Amino acid sequence: MSGEVEASSEEQQEMQDTVVSPEKAEEAKLKARYPHLGTRPGGSDLLRKRLQKGQKYFDSGDYNMAKAKMKNKQLPTAAVEKEEITGDHIPTPQDLPQRKQSLVASKLAV
Amino acid sequence: MMAGVGGGNDFQWCFSQVKGAIDEDVAEADIISTVEFNYSGELLATGDKGGRVVIFQREQESKNRPPSRGEYNVYSTFQSHEPEFDYLKSLEIEEKINKIRWLPQQNAAHFLLSTNDKTIKLWKISERDKRAEGYNLKDEDGRLRDPFRITSLRVPVLMPMDLMVEASPRRIFANAHTYHINSISVNSDYETYLSADDLRINLWHLEITDRSFNIVDIKPANMEELTEVITAAECHPHQCNVFVYSSSKGTIRLCDMRAAALCDRHSKFFEEPEDPSSRSFFSEIISSISDVKFSHSGRYMMTRDYLSVKVWDLNMENRPVETYQVHEYLRSKLCSLYENDCIFDKFECCWNGSDSAIMTGSYNNFFRMFDRNTRRDITLEASRENSKPRAMLKPRKVCTGGKRKKDEISVDSLDFNKKILHTAWHPKENVIAVAATNNLYIFQDKIN
Repeated sequence: MSGEVEASSEEQQEMQDTVVSPEKAEEAKLKARYPHLGTRPGGSDLLRKRLQKGQKYFDSGDYNMAKAKMKNKQLPTAAVEKEEITGDHIPTPQDLPQRKQSLVASKLAV
Repeated sequence: MMAGVGGGNDFQWCFSQVKGAIDEDVAEADIISTVEFNYSGELLATGDKGGRVVIFQREQESKNRPPSRGEYNVYSTFQSHEPEFDYLKSLEIEEKINKIRWLPQQNAAHFLLSTNDKTIKLWKISERDKRAEGYNLKDEDGRLRDPFRITSLRVPVLMPMDLMVEASPRRIFANAHTYHINSISVNSDYETYLSADDLRINLWHLEITDRSFNIVDIKPANMEELTEVITAAECHPHQCNVFVYSSSKGTIRLCDMRAAALCDRHSKFFEEPEDPSSRSFFSEIISSISDVKFSHSGRYMMTRDYLSVKVWDLNMENRPVETYQVHEYLRSKLCSLYENDCIFDKFECCWNGSDSAIMTGSYNNFFRMFDRNTRRDITLEASRENSKPRAMLKPRKVCTGGKRKKDEISVDSLDFNKKILHTAWHPKENVIAVAATNNLYIFQDKIN
């Protein structure tokens, strides 16, 4: 967003703030690790993620295409860890978390 | 109120009970997600991530030798919600119980509302301690008697039986929330209640499940313009037309249902002015209010944001009347707390029965209490190491500076996986329930 001249005075301000505010020091640390953070409105990203909790995406066309491709390769050995399904990963029945037994009693009720 | 050195009339918190398993490996389903006393304090309900509710009942005092007060024992347990999948929206719906709210008791049975992300259920918990015996048409096993062999008529008699506590779902309030429900609150009219999700608040009648009124809708026409979400909502304890809701931007809106059918325009708007020069990337995130609770008096409300608890006078909108720092030392750790997502943890807060003290949780299984009159505060720990019956809790201290004194713990040694998000205070007595992941601790004051 800023030109080079502006960037350096921003940096100066940040250096001053580091002395004054621990919060700004933490912000500087974060920006150093993730330079692209906050270039888009961070609020909306976080809020959108919050609203989409639980969303699972599935495209039957992609699924069948992937299955067809798989036939030509060896089946991969079962993943040891069940990771969260995200993005371009096409879920297979093995990936889905098993529907839990619903009738195990709570350990608080012992 | 607080444990003081050389106490005087100060109360001192002692361990009373702990419920739950001691396993190192905590199953996700066992994580307690809500704790709530009923109006008399006789019952204590917990909900967990596995969708289960466990209700504890306090023993009658007369059976106890003094000085210990009645203990809480399991009264009833049931599966409230189950995992679901919404095929139409491709949405996995967790069974985790987000909130439990008791209804005031009106007859022998107890009623509570429990909710997950999408569905609210009204449960009836009733006791059965008598059974009818001596039916005419069937025998004691339930088998039908041969009618031709019956020569006389008898009146069935009620015989005592072992107490059975039954929980049955009486109402299911479903399909009214597109987004995730974060709050439910029973209205003082005892007829209606509200449920709030990220963008909308609905008003229900307890008897009617196929209809609910939308009273707040903050969904923008274009979702790209979304800037804030609803984080909590509560009905006023006495004025059945008033409710408040808090937002992810640290603001609270008070609405009056007499003003309009749709309360998109607030009657009061509470926000503490922020110093613009101190604004950082984290400012909005840590200002997000995770809980809002009216005082029992109805004169004040309390909000919890990431680092502090604030008490607001409903008559003053421009700033809180009291601010209490919960764990200010975390301000210099915000970067790592953002990376490990702890900065999004939603802590709750609660008042004591007389509104003279407030309590909220922190990390490392610490919880904090603030006395509003003396302005003293104390940090206590829920730990199995200090779980002998009636053992007094020792105040804990986090060391922020250089030299760590003995018994202090440094900020870097805090266990951020041990979070106390849910606490509850008995409505009349100094008894508190603290949920530490999968364990429920009950503490009481020591009667001097």
